[in-house]
Amino acid sequence: MPGDDGYQHDLLVIGGGGAGLRAAIAAAEESNRLSIAVLSKVYPMRSHTVSAEGGTAAVMRENDSLDTHAKDTIFGSDFLADQDVVEVFVKEAPGEVIQLEHWGCPWSRDPDGRVSVRPFGGMTVNRTLYAADKTGFHMLHALFQTSLKYEKITRYDEWFATSLLIEDGKVCGVTALNLHDGQMRPIVAKAVIMCTGGAGRIFPFTTNAAIKTGDGMALAYRAGVALKDMEFVQYHPTGLPGTGILITEAARGEGGHLKNKDGYRYLQDYGLGPPTDTPVHRKMELGPRDILSRCHIQEHQKGRTFDGPYGHYVHLDLRHLGEKLIDKNLPFVRELARNYVGIDPVHEPIPVRPVVHYMMGGISTDITGKTSLNGLYAAGEAACVSINGANRLGSNSLTELLVFGARAGRAAARHALERPALRSNPLAQLASDERRRLDQRFLRADGREKIADIREEMQKALESGCGIYRDRATMEGACQTLRKLRERFAHISLADKDAVFNTELIAALELECTLDVAETVARSALAREESRGSHTRTDFPKRDDARFLKHSLAYQTPDGPRIEYLPVTITRWPPEERKY
Amino acid sequence: MTAPRVERPGLFYPKLPATWWLRNANYFRFMLRELSSVFIALFLVVFLVQLHRLSQGPGAYAAYLETLRAPGWIIFHVVALAFALYHSVTWFNLTGVVQVVRLGERQVPPRLVAGASFALWAVVSVVLLWFLLRG
Amino acid sequence: MTEETMTLEVTRYRPGHDREPRTQSFTVPYRTDWVVLDALNHIKDRIDGTLSYRWSCRMGVCGSCGMMVNGVPKLTCAAFLRDYRPGPIRVEPLANFPVIRDLVIALDDFMEKLRRVKPWIIRAVEKPVSDGEYLQTPAQLDAYKQFSMCINCMLCYAACPVYGLEPAFLGPAAIALAYRYNLDSRDEGYRLREPVLSEAVGVWECTFVGECSVVCPKGVDPAAAIQRSKLAGATDWLLSMIMPWAGRR
Repeated sequence: MPGDDGYQHDLLVIGGGGAGLRAAIAAAEESNRLSIAVLSKVYPMRSHTVSAEGGTAAVMRENDSLDTHAKDTIFGSDFLADQDVVEVFVKEAPGEVIQLEHWGCPWSRDPDGRVSVRPFGGMTVNRTLYAADKTGFHMLHALFQTSLKYEKITRYDEWFATSLLIEDGKVCGVTALNLHDGQMRPIVAKAVIMCTGGAGRIFPFTTNAAIKTGDGMALAYRAGVALKDMEFVQYHPTGLPGTGILITEAARGEGGHLKNKDGYRYLQDYGLGPPTDTPVHRKMELGPRDILSRCHIQEHQKGRTFDGPYGHYVHLDLRHLGEKLIDKNLPFVRELARNYVGIDPVHEPIPVRPVVHYMMGGISTDITGKTSLNGLYAAGEAACVSINGANRLGSNSLTELLVFGARAGRAAARHALERPALRSNPLAQLASDERRRLDQRFLRADGREKIADIREEMQKALESGCGIYRDRATMEGACQTLRKLRERFAHISLADKDAVFNTELIAALELECTLDVAETVARSALAREESRGSHTRTDFPKRDDARFLKHSLAYQTPDGPRIEYLPVTITRWPPEERKY
Repeated sequence: MTAPRVERPGLFYPKLPATWWLRNANYFRFMLRELSSVFIALFLVVFLVQLHRLSQGPGAYAAYLETLRAPGWIIFHVVALAFALYHSVTWFNLTGVVQVVRLGERQVPPRLVAGASFALWAVVSVVLLWFLLRG
Repeated sequence: MTEETMTLEVTRYRPGHDREPRTQSFTVPYRTDWVVLDALNHIKDRIDGTLSYRWSCRMGVCGSCGMMVNGVPKLTCAAFLRDYRPGPIRVEPLANFPVIRDLVIALDDFMEKLRRVKPWIIRAVEKPVSDGEYLQTPAQLDAYKQFSMCINCMLCYAACPVYGLEPAFLGPAAIALAYRYNLDSRDEGYRLREPVLSEAVGVWECTFVGECSVVCPKGVDPAAAIQRSKLAGATDWLLSMIMPWAGRR
């Protein structure tokens, strides 16, 4: 831990998950003259990357090609991905996963010792590397443990960044709250990389961990940076009812079947057939996530799903895979099903339903991870560099955080090397201003609103307005509710006025972030009058390339987000109808 | 020895109470094992004295054996034997954990390794008994 | 029908105000599918917003929510209320650690120890990424896989009386992770980790209570890692005595 004058670095990474650690290591390897810091509101190994299960996509075999991976990704994105970015992504992916192998990641292996690859939704070839079904866990721990090797990397564990420090239009650090003593300090840096993950917690029912509250997205948004493509929220077709705990797509990649209450593999009724015993790429259960989630809702509307205490669900049947395969490749699925729904998938099907999983949108960056704000970079789920477009393919996100975490790390490192040293004195003043703002807002206030109430209403509004199927009326309702919640948030009351480990204060700050992010989701969704990928409107059921083959950009204004548009980069794959 | 831990102000540093080993069966068994060493050490002292008496001639040895026939000594020996057996069982159970045995690609289950150790122990004991009791 | 409830006796500690921790009782609704963490979240959201604790993934993999539940170290996201009926349930911070506040413990000691055992792949010569992956057979993977499953949840330290009595002890998780890298066919760092492991407060401090492996929620078996490290260290030492000329591994 640095001393009072020591909160000064060349490069500051916010977030210690996969993207943040990859960025920090890339920067450390770029130059040993850089002082690098990783600031995270949790210890890095607690980051949500840890929960990713299924795998990491990269072209590893002779039967695969970069073009196929690119085509699958672009097709899956419903042509909203930037194709130049996708080309860079698929090209750098194999090197990144091999690099992680060299850093100790325990990838599952073939008998000949090569890393194994498994099929995944929307991919035409087996190209998803995996470490059983705890891929994210192993990647995160490999990255974290490797990062310990670099003495140039200082960590601020359990610090919460509350704002970006900006002088003359340039980022020069953040103000951050140390949870351990409650002190607000300026952390000065010539470049800042946001790797704070997504914001699944704006929804009530999500696979996302409690920490996924879009903090970095909100910080960038407040600093004038656009949040891109926020209307695209991915529902994962197979979460456990009640908790929303993720049952990985790998369960279907290994050959699991989705069945309705009649034991019928209903996906064949939605153009994904014919059903086969062994999994066929991009067919049936290996269709993309947006389509599978919509099929579930339609199946429910036909009255062919089960009804339980937590709503409708279907069955994910793994029984025919046998105990041996399940224990080898899906042990975590078995553990989760046993612990949380009391079902052993070896003997019984698992109840599942669609659940909010991933934000395709995020802080708008260019192909190097740079944002429109000088000195600010972003990577991972927090960013939208635009490989996922309107729908991300499973197992592309872990690769994304490696490729673009490394790119952002290198770009920010070069920026920091070129920029002259900063003086921290005027910034100390900014930190004490920020402290005063928080005190006035949260600690001295005697409001009447409770965090939990506002959070629940926000989540309800998002679920009803921005769910799998959307229409104008419910989205407008959601937008109005969110505006009102913002007013109510001003009257929030905290019971906890202590300095040390004030988790209620953190919850309030997180809630403020989620409110910002939720509004950009609802506004962007309302403005996009078409159906594309995960954004499905009952009032505009068709894709409309003439009007909306564009990224949406949400900018903050006092009256809520202003939506602008940016053209999609098309290189070699002209848009066509997306049919599987 | 390591330097004493520097305690930071504000934190509460819990102290392990003297009765910690009564909290669960594993802790208790561990304490028993630690205690067993006292009895095993005492037995060794008795045995050394016995050897010493043997060197002093048959008379001294017989007198010593007579002393050991007292009920107190018999109880002591039973307790020491029980502890020695307990220690041995722990030890052989541990062999399964510590010694990874591989047959080709597969690891032999630790239970099997421990079982083999026990079997070996039994065989050696029987041979020794036969050797000692045949006369 | 009145709603069924359960009582939680929760440890509270307010630094600067309390000289030592105290207990506060909360009554929460009983639900068959609730875990202790759900009950804590209910308390925080609806009864007392000042209660502090860590949690995140609520699916047993991030390792944040370890606490003592009825005196046993548990991940509270995997400890169901139904298994503790009719209660009350005692919820305390993990044993053997300094308490920052309420149920939040300080784990910087472990973070430092983790770095000391060098938990990363060490090689004499690094292979360039362009030369592809290191080959590793499924059997070579199996050799260390179990010890790579550690989520750093600290339950094993809370269960270890040796750590309670001697805080300098390297401890189960750190040793298990050192052992994990020593076993990895890609690693050549055994000799660099050995001095740390064979310190007085390294593997030899362990007296094989075995409770660390009992409480481990991920089946890592740190006790086995420690005993095997002892064996490896001892064999190594013996060989160096008998054959000082022979190169050690």
